[in-house]
Amino acid sequence: MYGEILGQLSTKPEIHKANNGARAMAMLDSEPFHLLICDLKMPKMDGLQVLSVVRRQHPHLRTVVLTSLVDEQFRSRVYALGVDLFWQKPGSEQEIKQFLECIESLLGREGSVGFRGVQSKSLVDLIQLECISHSSSVLRISNGIYTGSIWINEGELIDAETEDARGEAAFHKILSWKAGNFETLPPNRDRERRILQSYNALLLENAQAQDEAYHDDASWVAGNNPNLSPQLAPLARYDGVEFVVVAQGTNKDKFESHGIEAAEKVAAWTRTSLARFRPFADRLQAGPLEQIEAVNQERRLALAEQGDTEFCVGWRASVKAESLVPRMKKLLSLWVS
Amino acid sequence: MGLLNFFSKPNPTALLRLPSGSFTMDRHGQLIVSTLPSTFPEDVAHDLGRAVMETFADARKAGLHLDKLVLQFGSLRVSARDLSGGAIVFFSPVTPISTSAIN
Repeated sequence: MYGEILGQLSTKPEIHKANNGARAMAMLDSEPFHLLICDLKMPKMDGLQVLSVVRRQHPHLRTVVLTSLVDEQFRSRVYALGVDLFWQKPGSEQEIKQFLECIESLLGREGSVGFRGVQSKSLVDLIQLECISHSSSVLRISNGIYTGSIWINEGELIDAETEDARGEAAFHKILSWKAGNFETLPPNRDRERRILQSYNALLLENAQAQDEAYHDDASWVAGNNPNLSPQLAPLARYDGVEFVVVAQGTNKDKFESHGIEAAEKVAAWTRTSLARFRPFADRLQAGPLEQIEAVNQERRLALAEQGDTEFCVGWRASVKAESLVPRMKKLLSLWVS
Repeated sequence: MGLLNFFSKPNPTALLRLPSGSFTMDRHGQLIVSTLPSTFPEDVAHDLGRAVMETFADARKAGLHLDKLVLQFGSLRVSARDLSGGAIVFFSPVTPISTSAIN
């Protein structure tokens, strides 16, 4: 039935069917696909188990859950796995139409990714390219768990937005991210204009601000820990941080630290602890392990990873527990990978 | 390239609900008390409890004496307290209206 419904898609995608999760995963391994649609209730492996594996093994595959199971907990868990869309099985013509529009949009978005050829360029290069060529687009930038968007209409910067900033403030914040992924989305010509300066003026302002920040970091390092690397300095001086240990790669001797004496032992403990609890994400079907927090009478600790880099951060005891997750997210975004 | 589509068939596996409750493990790794649902796999509770206890012990060796450990998964929060070598472990599903506060 749903095969017929999906056959109504105007882009006429090639549709393959699998009658269980294991078969679907085997098919995904054997050839490239754009989109996976799956139910939650399935034979052999349930949908959460399948999606947990698929999201890890095929991170660029668009994923949709289509289910009759209406439960807020399962919806939350599905989105926690990074699934693009959770959709209750449509019950009317109108719902079928909306469902197909969403699928079309997901397929279109996948098809419109246009940055593969310019991945070596910086975000500044990319903005200049868009503005000089009088293009119209929305740049969607992701940096770890952060995302931001920049609206460009006919070569003019119109607006920018991040989780907690709008307009020029958001633009500067996005440009401060040292790494990330870019995606171009179709233009939105109705976007309200919040950025009034020219792109040249804003890029110049941003370059000056980053230069000042670099010199601030450099003088702080000189006064506190002359051996501190430029990578670690912004983390070490972050408000509320007592110490930082950063372990990179699989080499147990490769770590950097600030503010702690037994850093080698803490680096080893960090690696072991993250590795120890990571497999429980699948066993509990609870979404990825985002962070480990620990408390003692002196301070709070937070352990997290970004790519193959693992972090243990000691926070002052006065730092509120509920602020640890957002603080760690901000801190990790300062790390230049 | 194509689009892969598959839907439910007869005899689906039961979906495991996220647990809510707690269990206590003694210093020898034995489960003493549990308020977790009976459907929750005992081997997972057992392995998690031991992992928590090992993490507390390793932290002590690294000079970090911890009272409490919190594992933040995408949709589940697991918090554990050190009980003189044993541990008590709490499970709280994370919903859109829950908070991640620890005290």
